[in-house]
Amino acid sequence: MPTYDEVFSKIIDLLKSMVVKDDFQITADVDLVNDLGFDSLKVMALLELLEDNFDISIPISILPGITTVKDLAVEIQKLTEN
Amino acid sequence: MRIVSIFDKFQKLAETSKAMKENHSDFFNIVMGDIISATEAVINGQQMILAGTNNYLGLTFNKQCIEASCLAVEQEGTGTTGSRMANGTFAGHIALEQELSDFFGKKETLIFSTGYVANLAILSTIVGPGEVILLDADCHASIYDGCKLGGAEVIRFRHNDVIDLEKRLRRLSKRSTNVLVVVEGIYSMMGDRAPLSEIVSLKNKYGAYLMVDEAHSMGVLGQNGRGLAEETNVEDSVDFIIGTFSKSLGAIGGFCTSNHLELDLIRYSGRPYVFTASSAPSAIASTRTALQTIRSQPELRQQLWNNVHTLYQRLKELGLAVSPDPSPVIAIRYTDINEAAAVWNGLLERSIYVNLVLPPATPDGGILLRCSLSAAHSIEQIEKIGDAFTAITSRQSC
Repeated sequence: MPTYDEVFSKIIDLLKSMVVKDDFQITADVDLVNDLGFDSLKVMALLELLEDNFDISIPISILPGITTVKDLAVEIQKLTEN
Repeated sequence: MRIVSIFDKFQKLAETSKAMKENHSDFFNIVMGDIISATEAVINGQQMILAGTNNYLGLTFNKQCIEASCLAVEQEGTGTTGSRMANGTFAGHIALEQELSDFFGKKETLIFSTGYVANLAILSTIVGPGEVILLDADCHASIYDGCKLGGAEVIRFRHNDVIDLEKRLRRLSKRSTNVLVVVEGIYSMMGDRAPLSEIVSLKNKYGAYLMVDEAHSMGVLGQNGRGLAEETNVEDSVDFIIGTFSKSLGAIGGFCTSNHLELDLIRYSGRPYVFTASSAPSAIASTRTALQTIRSQPELRQQLWNNVHTLYQRLKELGLAVSPDPSPVIAIRYTDINEAAAVWNGLLERSIYVNLVLPPATPDGGILLRCSLSAAHSIEQIEKIGDAFTAITSRQSC
């Protein structure tokens, strides 16, 4: 089962591959929608990558509670525990 | 402290809407004036061929359907003014439920005020807390909304990807829970079909339930027009079929049919069934006649498919990015909004109306020109649609 740091690190790697802004520093507090400009389709694409990477299924009901990269990492880490 | 308006959250939408109005004003200005026939209307003073209406069999102007509808208004009035649970169950509602059961060969059918309400009612009620819905990522908004209204855990699988579906079923098999898989017969945006045979195999392997929304495939697929489940010969393996009256049946309303007799209990537990007014007698009457027409006139389906193959072939020969397989929904994908809007406007100038569909309503963020064809289109109309695309494509490549 991955640690929070491992999940967080993976999310950052995936986000870097999806975000065009090269000089943008992605931190735990970065907002997926307002800072990275993600729309719902892009968020779903990110979740699919995370599902494949951690061999989990992510319920879409978690989405309303996720604003930042940290929020996402916390939820994904919880799901990997199950 | 700044007081936040309840409208602040719409700021981004307002900007997008403003830009669209400035650059593509016609997009917001499609109002059907005179409706001339199932395939023609006057839009902003210009007579158009309608190629974006979901009127697959052209039954909105079927003489018998109109007569039945008029007679129902005269005999039963303009509305029921009540819920099915109270004063809103007329003899016609019960008759239509029985006729749909007979058509699909199922034991139980419930009808709803719209197809949207059918999905809300079934998905929010039939599965609940502790249970799981596995839905195809490209499912219609009504399916997502039905899931959201209920208490089940909702997990998406990649569109039409049976390997991805099995991964999720395998993970869930470690838990002791009911799983409902939800797919569509024909997907409304791209016109592609669910790989139903493989999905049924997985449903059986993992002991899941299966719901198929045949909104765009009823009247269109299968030897008798019962949809993809009939065409694939898996009707007995589908637990719940959802459908609508607002496409091939040419009216408004929705239904769910099943061999599970417990479906009847949704009448008492499904809030979207209980707490809304029932369908107007005129819609019920025309739908009943349209259902008889689907049964008695299979040539309409043949005419539809003739039209589909003719236009699909022409668009494909033009090198347009059409959907992978011929279907009454033929979508052409663009990546640039200005290019898509230019083609859409070019079609309007040539008196052709198709749907312009923007993200996030499109599956992968592209922009779609979505044509939907009808049995009522004449071959001349189909050729005119093809000619318009040819002229615009030739002009663009110059």
